[in-house]
Amino acid sequence: MFRIATKKKLNDAVTLMEIEAPEIAKKALAGQFIIFKIDEFGERVPLTIADTDPVRGTVTIIFQIVGRSTMLLDQLNVGDTIADFVGPLGIPTHIEGIKKVCIVGGGVGCAIAYPSAKALFNAGAEVDIIAGFRSQDIVILEDEMKKVCKNYYLMTDDGTAGEKGFTTTKLKSLLEAGNQYDMVIAIGPIIMMKLLCDTAKPFNVPCTVSLNPIMIDGTGMCGCCRVTVDGVMRFACVEGPDFDGHKVDFDELMKRNSIYKEREQHDREHVCKLTGGIRTHG
Amino acid sequence: MANMDKKKTPIPEQEPQVRNKNFEEVALGYTEEMAKNEAARCLNCKNKPCVEGCPVNVRIPEFIGKISEGDYEAAYEILTSTNSLPAVCGRVCPQESQCEAKCVRGIKGEPVGIGRLERFAADRHITCAEKKACPTIQKNGVKVAVVGSGPAGLTCAGDLAMNGFDVTVFESLHDAGGVLIYGIPEFRLPKSIVKKEVEQLQGYGITIKTDMVIGKTMTIDELFADGYEAVFIGSGAGLPQFLNIEGESLLGVYSANEYLTRINLMKSYKDGYDTPAVKSKRVAVVGGGNVAMDAARCAQRMGAEKVYIIYRRSMDELPARSEEVHHAIEEGIEFQLLRNPVKIIGDENSRVVGIECVEMELGEPDASGRRRPIAKEGSNFVIDVDTVIISVGTSPNPLIKSTTKGLEANKHGCLVADENGATTREGVFAGGDAVTGAATVILAAGAGKTAASAMMKYLEEKKKK
Repeated sequence: MFRIATKKKLNDAVTLMEIEAPEIAKKALAGQFIIFKIDEFGERVPLTIADTDPVRGTVTIIFQIVGRSTMLLDQLNVGDTIADFVGPLGIPTHIEGIKKVCIVGGGVGCAIAYPSAKALFNAGAEVDIIAGFRSQDIVILEDEMKKVCKNYYLMTDDGTAGEKGFTTTKLKSLLEAGNQYDMVIAIGPIIMMKLLCDTAKPFNVPCTVSLNPIMIDGTGMCGCCRVTVDGVMRFACVEGPDFDGHKVDFDELMKRNSIYKEREQHDREHVCKLTGGIRTHG
Repeated sequence: MANMDKKKTPIPEQEPQVRNKNFEEVALGYTEEMAKNEAARCLNCKNKPCVEGCPVNVRIPEFIGKISEGDYEAAYEILTSTNSLPAVCGRVCPQESQCEAKCVRGIKGEPVGIGRLERFAADRHITCAEKKACPTIQKNGVKVAVVGSGPAGLTCAGDLAMNGFDVTVFESLHDAGGVLIYGIPEFRLPKSIVKKEVEQLQGYGITIKTDMVIGKTMTIDELFADGYEAVFIGSGAGLPQFLNIEGESLLGVYSANEYLTRINLMKSYKDGYDTPAVKSKRVAVVGGGNVAMDAARCAQRMGAEKVYIIYRRSMDELPARSEEVHHAIEEGIEFQLLRNPVKIIGDENSRVVGIECVEMELGEPDASGRRRPIAKEGSNFVIDVDTVIISVGTSPNPLIKSTTKGLEANKHGCLVADENGATTREGVFAGGDAVTGAATVILAAGAGKTAASAMMKYLEEKKKK
């Protein structure tokens, strides 16, 4: 059992938790993920590690309520426990040799972009961050991100905070202004990652994207997380989650990730039945 | 008096048209009377060919003798002296090609139902035996680690613990049992049985740590640094293989591992569990092994109207156990033999609507000794399905190999180990699918057993130095 050490609502739909998992805290590097299973009846759900505190033995996760499991997780409080918490899984983000980087986070994707920015910043790279949100009320990690970069650009779709516009708008203007990045690291909604790669392509900037396909075991056994990269089938859990964005088949990934959308919608509409952290069976 | 009946005592089974709608066990097991009756068919041969046929050399005539005497606990003790998982093996071993294939009674009739008797003795112990305190084992204080809690790992751990070693088993999933839990369905091997056999082993002092991915949470080097003096890797098969044909990323295409894991490990067939169930009307399972049979029979039980097995050779070459093929046919699974998929067809929403196959004929034997299937040109046809389950094998998991120095693998990615399970890295042993590629439960158990004795020898010699 894994105890919840802290909990903080970052906005209505996004929650931060620190989970006591000393072995994972000791090991985890930027870009890696965990799989949690809330209780006996829960599904196995992957979440990227947002931060770790090896001294306190905690792992930070930041999650958006999407389906049943994240909804139930959000019902738990400090002192409650999660049945299973496994990791760190996946290959850490490749940071060697990168001197100047633009890290782009979209929405809750900023929680995944942040550890990569921090790792690169601590390794001495020059880091620019573009953080994009729909509007001001869902902005997360602004203070944290500002501490690990040279330039922080906040973008909102409706202009209620930072600049009005999309992350692609900003990336394009930075590239047009002559910024020479060794790498663009894009993390967020699949469509955003796809468009960012399209934006960077004419400037010949390599792009790394962090993919979030559906997974079960997370160790390469089930093959559920397969993605097509450069025409080849790859397993995101053991060969990713980071891939060369110019080679990923994003359309296919979008379709594969939509398979349980109807059920997620159904779960969200029936939140009343699930709240209180009490299972109606057992 | 020996029972000279040419046929095995039949084992009661659920009716095919009833059982193909539930996940309860298919075979119900012998009663005491049936077990005694079947045990009386054993001739107690002097040279015991059956024992030779068993990868873990179960003392077969001896345990059967105890059943005919009605001393079931003694039978159980004889079984567990060489086999840590008798209730599992009694159910899932391919007895017909192992112990029973060598049985003298099989020459002029059916062999003795050794598997059924093994299952009887193990089940009777689980349900009826008084809870006896586990035998006190003199501990030697030597720490050993076992990676993976499948049949290879559990068997290895059991043997080491019974010899006084301080054994910790590391499992990456949330439950112990490996393929016994995620792969083999409830109707063939109830999870409660696996749990009981695991508990039995814990009674010998084995510690099982779940949620530990060796190679990630801890590396092999860290295990040694932590004081473990030898390590056994029984990490199982690994990555599922696909066909490399068009359409394998469509919605509705699953690897058998994913399909079975959702159902067995994540219990998506039961109400109240959160993992979404795969709902299908028409299912094609590609492959002809035990895993393919399991997937097809699960699909039927999940409510599919039509389930096909698509296999590129003929009935004679099916690698699955004949009993499983027989059960599948009884339950209404349709075998499309000498057919090979060439393309999976999707609709405008990327959902599977069909599988295009080509007819095959058998040519000369290939390297595997089986006749090579050759496509008949222009014989393409489409089967309407909404789900395709690919069950054509696995390739080894790269996790441990890629994070352990000095551990060699062959060109297929399987760990290199000698006949005793010793790898190229000192103190590290391996067995089961991680070494041989996909095989059976009992072969994995046998490999775990062999490695356990090699590890004991290694540790003994190390102590002398």
